[in-house]
Amino acid sequence: MNIEEIEKEIIEEFELFGDNWEEKYEHIIDMGKNLPKIADENKTDKNIITGCQSRVWLNTELKNGKMIFTADSDAIITKGMVAIIVRVFNNQTPQDISNAQLNFINVIGLKEHLSPTRANGLLSMIRRMKQDAKNLMNGSNNNN
Amino acid sequence: MNTTENIRAQFPILNKQINNNALVYFDNAATVQKPKQVIEAIENYYYNSNANIHRGVHTLSRVATELFEQSRKTIASFFNVKNSQQIIFTSGTTDGLNTLVQSLSKSVLQKNSEIILSTYEHHSNILPWQLWAQHNNGKLKIIPLKENHSLDLEKLEQLITPNTKIISIAHVSNTLGLITNIEKVKEIAKKYNLIIVLDGAQSAPHMKIDLENLDVDFFVCSAHKMYGPTGIGILYMSEKWLQELPVSKVGGGTIKTVSFEKTEYEQGALRFEPGTPNISGAIGFAEAIKFTNIVGITSIYKHELDLVNYAQKQLNELPEVIQYGVSKEKAGVISFNVKNQHPFDVGSLLDKYGIAVRTGHHCTQPLMKVLNTQGTIRASFAIYNTKQELNYFIEKLKKVITMLK
Ligand SMILES: Cc1ncc(COP(=O)(O)O)c(C=O)c1O
Repeated sequence: MNIEEIEKEIIEEFELFGDNWEEKYEHIIDMGKNLPKIADENKTDKNIITGCQSRVWLNTELKNGKMIFTADSDAIITKGMVAIIVRVFNNQTPQDISNAQLNFINVIGLKEHLSPTRANGLLSMIRRMKQDAKNLMNGSNNNN
Repeated sequence: MNTTENIRAQFPILNKQINNNALVYFDNAATVQKPKQVIEAIENYYYNSNANIHRGVHTLSRVATELFEQSRKTIASFFNVKNSQQIIFTSGTTDGLNTLVQSLSKSVLQKNSEIILSTYEHHSNILPWQLWAQHNNGKLKIIPLKENHSLDLEKLEQLITPNTKIISIAHVSNTLGLITNIEKVKEIAKKYNLIIVLDGAQSAPHMKIDLENLDVDFFVCSAHKMYGPTGIGILYMSEKWLQELPVSKVGGGTIKTVSFEKTEYEQGALRFEPGTPNISGAIGFAEAIKFTNIVGITSIYKHELDLVNYAQKQLNELPEVIQYGVSKEKAGVISFNVKNQHPFDVGSLLDKYGIAVRTGHHCTQPLMKVLNTQGTIRASFAIYNTKQELNYFIEKLKKVITMLK
């Protein structure tokens, strides 16, 4: 599936919850529990993205021209949000990742997590993923 | 009548819906909501009395000057300070502390001087001293905590050396709500002739503070935590310091005469208030003091203490909760964590229920280190908070704990 197809799939999943934010958050928390986990040796300072409160670790690799992400966070809701984004970006090309708009986050009503005041580092994580993608496209892979 | 219902009616923002729930505002230690009177006083000033102060011959300027100086008197009298000149307007606690450190660095502080702080200081009462110390080979000495997270003042005396000049300490911990035993600090400070700087940011909103009798050298606080507007606070100094403290910020309004060779400064508070001050802020602050006087600061303390004790008791019954700084005498703040959960998660979910708490380090990272945690969840109360709100909070907290499991 390409990025847009996965986004569509996630939107449909979240539509089931309607206005029930509690179920929505339970789903996010569940997804956090299933996040492809970063190996402990990759939990380095270089791979850490600090929000003001929760921290995110992200590792990027390139395999057969596709990007592979593993990640973790010390806060479970952040981890769930990270998992959603990793699900969208995993196994995609650097080109597609760097062009992605991620409008689905708005559609499923989780925009608040991307506001710069939200202390979870998610916005910085997406920036880092896109930056990694750009670096790979430009042939420098100093984030690997 | 001062029923909670009547009081709540004076705070328009409390009617707000947050995420489709009634707002439960438990972030009062960060900043408290403002009653209508304060908002209207500020508005009224701009509608009817706005002019620059102290130099004008015209009517509006006189009116504005009078309102400004009357505000200083209202605030002075609230703190039982006879000479209102001892109340210097600042932009807040942080500004007061920075100004003070700058001024003290021109007189009392020398190379190698030592300053005593406590483990639970807010960053605003650490960084100005640290910055000075880094440039002057100075040293910060830290009062440790006891098991129950209160300050271990038994250890204070042994931190003192011949180089110690100042004890700068929070009157109330913004993270724990614990009250510093200032009488004990004073006793030791007097013995060694040390200057006391009291950070009253978290005590002034909750407790009766009589600066005449408290008899410390300096006291700072912020209006926005006392039902007043943001951007204004005070630096109180004793009579002696009002005469002796060198100025560190200068400019228009502070002088009698200026030539390019020499300047003669004003006497009193004006000496420390360069530039056009926050006039509307001072007026709003005084209005907030009037509100507090009508309700009564001792009633406020008692009401909030009831809430604190009720909350501590309720939280104590939840096995998943760890509380910090539990005490029967606190000023409006409780702090806790849910075992194995990040405070950010708990705070984010409570927000969904319309409950505003603060999570994180609360600008007290050194304290977090000692408590061995990344952060805590802090609920802080004001006169308008109710037991019903607390019950709702506990009910939703239980829900959140289940969701996160
Ligand atoms: C104990 C203490 N000191 C200083 C400050 C800083 O106050 P302000 O941000 O109003 O300057 C605060 C505010 O959180 C505080 O709680």
